[in-house]
Amino acid sequence: MTPIAARDDVLRILDGVMDPEVPVLSVRELGIVRDVIVDDAGAVTVVVTPTYSGCPAIRVIEEDIVAALTNGGIPNARIRTTYAPAWTSDWIPAEAREKLRAAGIAPPESAESGALVQLVRERAAVECPWCGSRDTEVRSEFGSTACKSLCVCRACLQPFELFKSI
Amino acid sequence: MSEASVVPAPPSRPNVLFEYLLRCGDDRLVLGHRLSEWCGHGPILEEDIALANISLDLLGHSTMFLRLAGEVEGKGRDEDALAYFREAVEFRNCQMVELPVGDFGFTMTRQFLFDAYDIVLLDALSSSTHAELAAIATKALKEARYHIRHSGEWMLKLGDGTEESHRRTQRALDELWRFTPELFTADAIDMELHAAGVAPDLPALRPAWESIVRDVADRATLTIPHAAPRAASTRDGRSGAHTEALGHMLAEMQIVARSHPGASW
Repeated sequence: MTPIAARDDVLRILDGVMDPEVPVLSVRELGIVRDVIVDDAGAVTVVVTPTYSGCPAIRVIEEDIVAALTNGGIPNARIRTTYAPAWTSDWIPAEAREKLRAAGIAPPESAESGALVQLVRERAAVECPWCGSRDTEVRSEFGSTACKSLCVCRACLQPFELFKSI
Repeated sequence: MSEASVVPAPPSRPNVLFEYLLRCGDDRLVLGHRLSEWCGHGPILEEDIALANISLDLLGHSTMFLRLAGEVEGKGRDEDALAYFREAVEFRNCQMVELPVGDFGFTMTRQFLFDAYDIVLLDALSSSTHAELAAIATKALKEARYHIRHSGEWMLKLGDGTEESHRRTQRALDELWRFTPELFTADAIDMELHAAGVAPDLPALRPAWESIVRDVADRATLTIPHAAPRAASTRDGRSGAHTEALGHMLAEMQIVARSHPGASW
């Protein structure tokens, strides 16, 4: 009989599960893991929310979570998906933002709120994660993955990615 | 989820919510697929990537709506079964989204008209009494904001661009305008769900949509067609009447799933 896992043990294992598309951050740091429930019989349910609705990595993330828990001696964990509250880049904590910057990805700006959409967004210049200059340009709001924009730095001439804010 | 946990009274006919969710899911599935046709053909690399990203977002939104539709129907159909194993007459998307991609001006004008509808509708749906529907709309709205900013900026560039880009974009607007009444025409399903607080009053959304569209059209030096848009007939996309284009699109979209049912990779 498998001993009943402590919730903290589950969380510690999830700290080691990295996002496949942003491998410097764990699924907990990204805010994908919303809750862990261990019932009286010891059944573990991990509640997750996708960053973007169409994120192709979400299935891989779910498999990685189950595999990591199995390797950690917690087999048969179940995944439950929730959409509320909707994921926001504001959930990414300060330490994780520094990890993004170190990996050449500018951390997200504050998410917009309110129903109205400004057609042409007024935004503070993004700081280049390589050289720190603010003489940068968002080349495209859409980048290599659903969660990133394409930017270029005019000072050091390096392209870089910006984590989108939603 | 606390404040959104009010359970609406069940609609009198059990298939009403299912039908409504198909409309939401199919609009985004069909438009998402149309956008994906640009993959590898975009005018510049950044735009190719952007269109693929928006396509992916729309497929994600479609997945959420169709998954819920399958659960509401209760016959064991999941989002893939609904996407790949229905015939064109069973699709409930509006006709505008199924039209062929045309040139870049047509693609972007259609996208802009839909994106404006999308944000107005999703904003209203995010306060639905149906908690899961409200959650899906709230999530999708965040992404749809990126979409309209993209298509809106393109409208300005194309409409107020070169003589050629202006001519093509105006032509697209003229062609597409007659398909817009369908977006805001409420039938018995819309009215029943509106009465239950599940869905918004569809015709009442049109002024907000039109103000976004007119504002951008004005700045883009484009002219909204003068002719009063024809009233949507009772046989439109919402009741399964489609243009010839949908069948051709579905044949391509569904061929692999239908040739190898149950395949996984």
